This record gives sequence, C-alpha cells and structure tokens, in this order.
Amino acid sequence: MGASSQRRLNVLIVNFALLLLVLIWTIPTLGIFVSSFRARNDIQSSGWWSILPHRAWETSRVIVPSELGLDPTGVMEVEGISATFEEMRAGMQDGDTRLIWIGNRRLGRIEVQERKWTVNWTFTMENYNQVLSGKDIEFTRADGTVEIVPGDNMTSAFINSLAVAIPSTIIPILIAAFAAYAFAWMRFPGRKVFFIMVVALLVVPLQIALIPILRVYNFLQLNGTFLGMWLAHTGFGLALATYLLYNYISGLPRETLESAFIDGASHFTIFTRLILPLSVPALASFAIFQFLWVWNDYLVALIFLGGDPETKVITMRLADIVGSRGNDWHLLTAGAFVTMILPLAVFFSLQRFFVRGLLAGSVKG
Amino acid sequence: MTQFGAMTEREANVGTKVLAFISRVFLAAIIPLIAFAVIYAGFIFLRDSNAPKWIVAVVAIIWGVGGVGLLYWVFNGIVERMPDQWTTRLQPFVFVGPAVAILIFYLAWPTLVTFRLSLLDRNGVAFVGLQNYVAAFSQRLMLESFRNNLMWILFGSTFSVISGLLVAVLADRSRWERVAKSFIFLPMAISFVGAGVIWNFIYTVRPAGVPQIGLLNAIATGLGGAPRAWYAWTDIIPWNNLFLIVIVIWLQTGFAMVLFSAALKGIPGELMEAGRIDGATEVQIFFRIMIPYIRGTVITVWTTIVIFTLKIFDVVWVMTGGQFSTEVIATQFYRQSFVARNTGYGSAIAIVLLIAVIPVMIYNLRQFREQEAF
Repeated sequence: MGASSQRRLNVLIVNFALLLLVLIWTIPTLGIFVSSFRARNDIQSSGWWSILPHRAWETSRVIVPSELGLDPTGVMEVEGISATFEEMRAGMQDGDTRLIWIGNRRLGRIEVQERKWTVNWTFTMENYNQVLSGKDIEFTRADGTVEIVPGDNMTSAFINSLAVAIPSTIIPILIAAFAAYAFAWMRFPGRKVFFIMVVALLVVPLQIALIPILRVYNFLQLNGTFLGMWLAHTGFGLALATYLLYNYISGLPRETLESAFIDGASHFTIFTRLILPLSVPALASFAIFQFLWVWNDYLVALIFLGGDPETKVITMRLADIVGSRGNDWHLLTAGAFVTMILPLAVFFSLQRFFVRGLLAGSVKG
Repeated sequence: MTQFGAMTEREANVGTKVLAFISRVFLAAIIPLIAFAVIYAGFIFLRDSNAPKWIVAVVAIIWGVGGVGLLYWVFNGIVERMPDQWTTRLQPFVFVGPAVAILIFYLAWPTLVTFRLSLLDRNGVAFVGLQNYVAAFSQRLMLESFRNNLMWILFGSTFSVISGLLVAVLADRSRWERVAKSFIFLPMAISFVGAGVIWNFIYTVRPAGVPQIGLLNAIATGLGGAPRAWYAWTDIIPWNNLFLIVIVIWLQTGFAMVLFSAALKGIPGELMEAGRIDGATEVQIFFRIMIPYIRGTVITVWTTIVIFTLKIFDVVWVMTGGQFSTEVIATQFYRQSFVARNTGYGSAIAIVLLIAVIPVMIYNLRQFREQEAF
C-alpha cells in the first residue's frame, strides 16, 4: 500500500470515529427532540426511531375463520400457511406474511399482515401546548373517551427563570468588575488578603453556605423572593467572576490608563468609559457562563425559592413533572425541550465567548 | 478699610465653605437615603404586586440591575465630593467593598457558622462534640454515599478526560473539526434536570413483549436480551451507579474537549514533525509527545471534574432520589439538612465536602503565589 492511500485510509478512520462519537453524543438529545413532537399515543406505542424508514407489519386482510369453514381445533391453512390456533395466537410468520388470531377461539378472526416499509411521520404541537399552557386541556383517548388534563404552565416558570437569571447574571458581573478594577489598578490596605480570599473561595462547595444563609433569609423574609435568589447567585458566582475579570483587566495595557489619568479622569470615569468597553469579551464570556449556570440551577432554587408554585423556576417545574408524571413522555420530552431552548440558543449564537470563558478558568464552587 | 474688606472677604469665604460643607453633608446623607427609598419602594412593589407576571419580571430586572448601578454611582459620588486625600483613601473600598462584603456574607461567614452547627445537635442548641462526624463516617447510608461518590469521581473524571482527549485529537485531524466539536459540546448547555429527563427516556423500560420505547431496552431486546430498569437494576449494586455516571461523562466531555483542543493546538508543529521523522508511530507521538506536553491541562481538567462530581446532586436527586443505592454525599446533605431538618448532621456532611476540596484550594493558592508578584 502506498503512502498516499495509507494516509487516505487514516483520514477515513479518523472521520468515521469522529462521526460515531458525534452520533453517540447527539442521539440522546435527538430522541427527546423528536419525541416532543409526537402524539401521546404514538410515543407510548413505538420508539421515536420509528420516524426512520423501517419495516412494520400492516394488516392487509381480515378473515373470519368460520366463513371459510376452518376448524380452530386443528391445523388450518390460510394464505399458504398452515398453523394451529395457538401458533396463530402468538403470530405465525412465513417470510413477509404473518397470521395473527385476534379474539377467542370460537368467535375470533384472523388478520393477514404483510411486512412493509413505513415511516411514522405524524407530528403535533399538542405536547408543547399542554406543557406551556396554564389552562386545562382536553385529551381524547384512542377509545374515544375524553380526559381533562391540567396544563403545566411552563410559560410562567419560563418567565420566572428569566426574572431570576438576568439580574443574577448582570449583578455579579457589575460588582466583580468594580472589584477586579480595584484589585488591578488601585493600591489599598488589605488588597492582598482580600484577593487571597477570592482565590480560596473559588472551590468552596456552595453546600457549606446553604443552612446559615437560609436562616438569615428566614429572618429577613427573603425566602421565596427573586431578590434573595439574585443575591444568592451573586454570592456563589462572585469569586469566579472577580478572578476571571481580574485576570483580564490586569492584562490591559497600562499606558491607556496612565494617559487617561494625566488627562485628569477619575477612577470612576476610567472604569465606566474605558475599562468596561475594553473588557466586553471577558464580560461576555462570564455572562454566558453565569447565565447558563443560573438558568440550569436546581439546588439553589430548591432551597431559596421553596414550594410556592407562583415563583417556581423552570428546572423545578420540570423536576415536578418528573416526580409526579414520570411516564408521561409526551410532557417530559416537550418540557425538557422548553427548558433547553434558551440555553441552546445562547450557546449556539455565542459559542465563541463561551469557549473563551471556559479556557480562562473553570473552577467553581 | 482694607482690613475690614479682607475680613468680610474671609468671612464670606468661610461662609461659602461652611455652606458648601453643609450642602455636601446634606447631599451625602440625602442622596443615599433617596437611593435606598427608591430601592425599598421597588422591593415592596415587587413583593406585593398583583401585576401580570411579565411586568413584574421586567420591573424586577430593571430595578435589580439599576439598583446596584445606582448604589455604586451614589457612593462614588459621595466619596468624590470629599477632600482629595479622603477620595484616594476611600475610593478603593467603594469599588471592592461590595464584592468583599458579599463574599464574606455568602461564603466565608457561613463556613464558620456551618462548622459551629456541625458540633451542635439537630436543632442547633446543645453541644454534642464530634458526634455528628462519627455518624457521618459510620452510618450505612453515608458509607454507601462515600462509595458511590468515589465511583462518581473515579469513573466520571477518568472517562470524561479520556473521551474529551479522544475527541480533541480526532477533531484536530478532521476537516469537520468545528461542527463535530459543537455537537460534542452541546450537552454543556443542558441542565442536569433536563439531562435527567433525556437519559431517563433512554433507560425507560416496558414489560417484556410490549414494544420498548427506551433506546437502550430496544437495543437490548433486539439483541435477544430481557428489558431492564437499568439504574434500578439492584442485582448489580453498586455498578448500577454507572448508568447515572454516564450522564456526567456525556455532559463534561465537551468541557474537557475544549481545553484539550486548545492545549493541543499549542504544541509546536516542529516537535511533532521531528518525532515523525525519527520514525515514531502516531500512537508513540500521542503518548510520548502530546500527553507530556499537555500534562498541565490534563491536571486542570481532571481536578475540575473531580470537584464537580464530588458535589453531584441534581442528577441523582431527580432520577432516583437516592433509591437503589445511588445516594451520594450531596443528596445525603440535602436530605439530612432540609428533609430530616437535622442541621447538626447536615452541617457535618457539608464540612466533609469542604475538607475534600481543601487540597485543591491549597494547590490553587500555591499556584497563585508562584505565578505573580501580586
């Protein structure tokens, strides 16, 4: 084998292995994405992969045995297949034809089925309607009876999540940027001690703070309020934010700042007019990080927002559906996708900044 | 006459200075008061309002973000109106103060309180010495949690590192690098609760004979096996935990991949070329050149995922609630602290978690001291 064909083979192997990994990593998400658009009955009766072309049995004719004079107690011959009642009961297969006995021995019928290529290609938005709506929804079962099911009101949870996540992203950034500027460009007593504290607190597990903070919140009546959530997420994200922004801001060119000082600008002016605009890439990196973290958070919300359905965030609502209706896959899949839609949009549109943030430092408590 | 004139001038000077001083003090006092009043009014509105939810949310966002900005602006304004000397002395604290105060209030001080609570009984009243710690290291459920958490740390971090490295190396040689990396990376944007639903759907089980709608059971029955409730498969305890650990590997591989990918790109091309010229195989190049070169990154990624898996909570809580011997330290912490309401025991578990990360903390501090003249 020549060197060039060897190389071509290598490239092929590399790409094939990569494709395999990408498939393995994508299929779980794809499964719930596809299922979220399938009708309730479809999800329960066939796997989501049946949207792919596959061979399935389809009934082509129905035979009433008594009309053909067949004797159900012995061997019967239908469509060139000989089988007893018991065999047909279990499904008697010959090539691409199958006989199935439906009903009891005396009054039943035989279905002649053929194996054909099909796709289950019917989709619906009904699952999303039910998950998002706050109202009751009528569901007609296969047998025609109507069931009233409550909507899961994820729209309101979605808004709650936004109301929690946006300030919980901006507030720590603002506070951390001020602090990072002070650490980088100001001299004051305690500077080193404070910064060592920041570094030490980077990896402290937030579990350590939950019981004492909950007690204080009970006292201040901050439990169940968005304000309490913002401050908690600010507290838990601040060490990382300060650390990352310090690394960036301290690396900005010194001359820019010095010329601004000579022009008589104050620290506050330099910070707001010069440093903040220059730090946009670092701010954006951390913002995406923190936003995804807060949006996806479950533990902090569970403890500080409590059980009030009015203020529940979206992860809590989804966890509720998992707990109360863990087999209603039409709801779970749609609900899971509702929780994922915004992070995925943020992720795809701002991936560059996200990657930069990851590279800058990734130790969070 | 001139003297008198000078006097009045001086008096007038003093007068304006006094006036200026009074107005400064007045402003210094009144501006924060107004600021606090505005913020407090916003707080009351948000707490008691019956307005439509999205209006409350919008007001909340403007109020929260604007409020913080306002506070900085007000305090800075006060400090800048002071004599220059005081401005220089106080301004750094206006900048750094809020961050330090919040960090102390939300992490440093609670650590001390939690430590104190860990030595008290379940209601935080009577002193019980190390009794909670003895319980934490001897109760059956806690021992089980330690074992499971060890599995999480060991398998979670090792496989995330290996698969992340594998993808990074493969993608580096492919023309589809960016697309492939995006797909592997995508799960990082998904919450643990969402990931729990995704994987529950893969593991879902129907009785034998009924079409399986869970992918894993469809494959298992397709190959002639029996359908199983994978993570609830109690015959193979503790290995059923692996079905949960897979989820964290699925989520964290993207993170490992990004860091490794950047590190691999930093390897000088000549180094690899020299290896190839010397007749090294690709495998040798990987183990003898690449791995030693990116060792620092491997350690960073590995410790980050170790810390992450040490605190693993959501995934276990949502998927099994700790049933089927899948309890971990953080779920035990939650159960003891907030379900059983035994603050002493819960605090002791939290301190155990803290102790486990102390080596990493020391490592970070040492790195920080070495790397710069701060």
